[in-house]
Amino acid sequence: MFRIDFNKLRFLVCDDNPHMRRILRTLLHSFGAREVYEAEDGATALEMYSHYVPDIVIADWAMPIFDGLELAQMIRQPDSKGNPYAPIIMLTGHSEKRRITMARDAGVTEFLAKPISAKGLYLRIMSVVAHPRPFIKTKNYFGPDRRRNTTVAYIGPERRNGGEAEVVQQPSLMDKARVTG
Amino acid sequence: MRSSLEKYKMSRDKSLAPKVEAFADHQIITPHNTLRRAIRRVEDRERDDPVGRAEQALAGLSGEFKSWMRSECDRLAAAHLAVLVQGFTPQTRDELFRAAHDIKGDAVTFGFPAAGAAAESLCRIIEHAPNLDAVPAELIGHHIDAIQAIVREHNTIEKAGVAQELSDRLRGIADEYLMLVNKDRPERLEAIASPGIVPAE
Repeated sequence: MFRIDFNKLRFLVCDDNPHMRRILRTLLHSFGAREVYEAEDGATALEMYSHYVPDIVIADWAMPIFDGLELAQMIRQPDSKGNPYAPIIMLTGHSEKRRITMARDAGVTEFLAKPISAKGLYLRIMSVVAHPRPFIKTKNYFGPDRRRNTTVAYIGPERRNGGEAEVVQQPSLMDKARVTG
Repeated sequence: MRSSLEKYKMSRDKSLAPKVEAFADHQIITPHNTLRRAIRRVEDRERDDPVGRAEQALAGLSGEFKSWMRSECDRLAAAHLAVLVQGFTPQTRDELFRAAHDIKGDAVTFGFPAAGAAAESLCRIIEHAPNLDAVPAELIGHHIDAIQAIVREHNTIEKAGVAQELSDRLRGIADEYLMLVNKDRPERLEAIASPGIVPAE
């Protein structure tokens, strides 16, 4: 079997709520992480992202200055000098389908709806470490592959052209968000 | 001493360039998986239970949850007071929403699910009402009062089921109001009527 050495991973936690940051820090340290950096707003998070180059970002949606969605969009700049590929786990009280779609389209890698659980967080981290998805760059999107299944029946306007694409089999973001435990 | 960013750039320049496949209208980019270094094969005897350990650590924090919940309520009351004094401005609206939204997200973890449900109802009003200045002040006021009462009287009303009933009734009134004021906005009606994709419990 496999396991994750959390002490080899560097985390950036972005949440304006000090209680939630404390909970996240407690959970990550319990998993074995040593390097956990914290930011209380989007602007500070972006600065810390550039400085500390975290392996995984865990971000709240609703934050002052700029929110988690804007943070994701700023990180996912294909020509940026920093790392545009770091997994972003969005942890938020929002649970509507519309919000999940917005997060996905901003380049968020995984979505975790509150209330937070140790298992839910662990599974998301396991997913981004063990099953990274390729990135897709189009005219108006840059981020992890949004396709989660191999259906060829899709004929909508966002169908990609240019031959067969590689597809990584994974449960949909929405199915995963439903797993709260 | 080199910064982390400089080290990252150096390592990327050397050998970690992503693999890029170009197609007619998109590229598929496979970045070097730098996180693979954290995956390790272990024997059965080395089995570990990080989730159990984390749950225990979270339980260790639970003694602080009530005081955390009280401070969240204080923040909500302050945000509401700012609305009463200044009216709805982008700043007062955002702070009231964030305060309610944090309670919605945290309350179940802190052991106050009914307060979370009332806070969710308040979030929906702030998010979906077309004109916040036209929302009856009592509708918002009753939500704030209910959340505070549920937290303050936690030991008595939560156990008796009163807290959940209070939240349910507020949600019913709020939904009725939102359906009425959005009757000419079908896309909003759809968002209001569609359930969250995550189970309430």
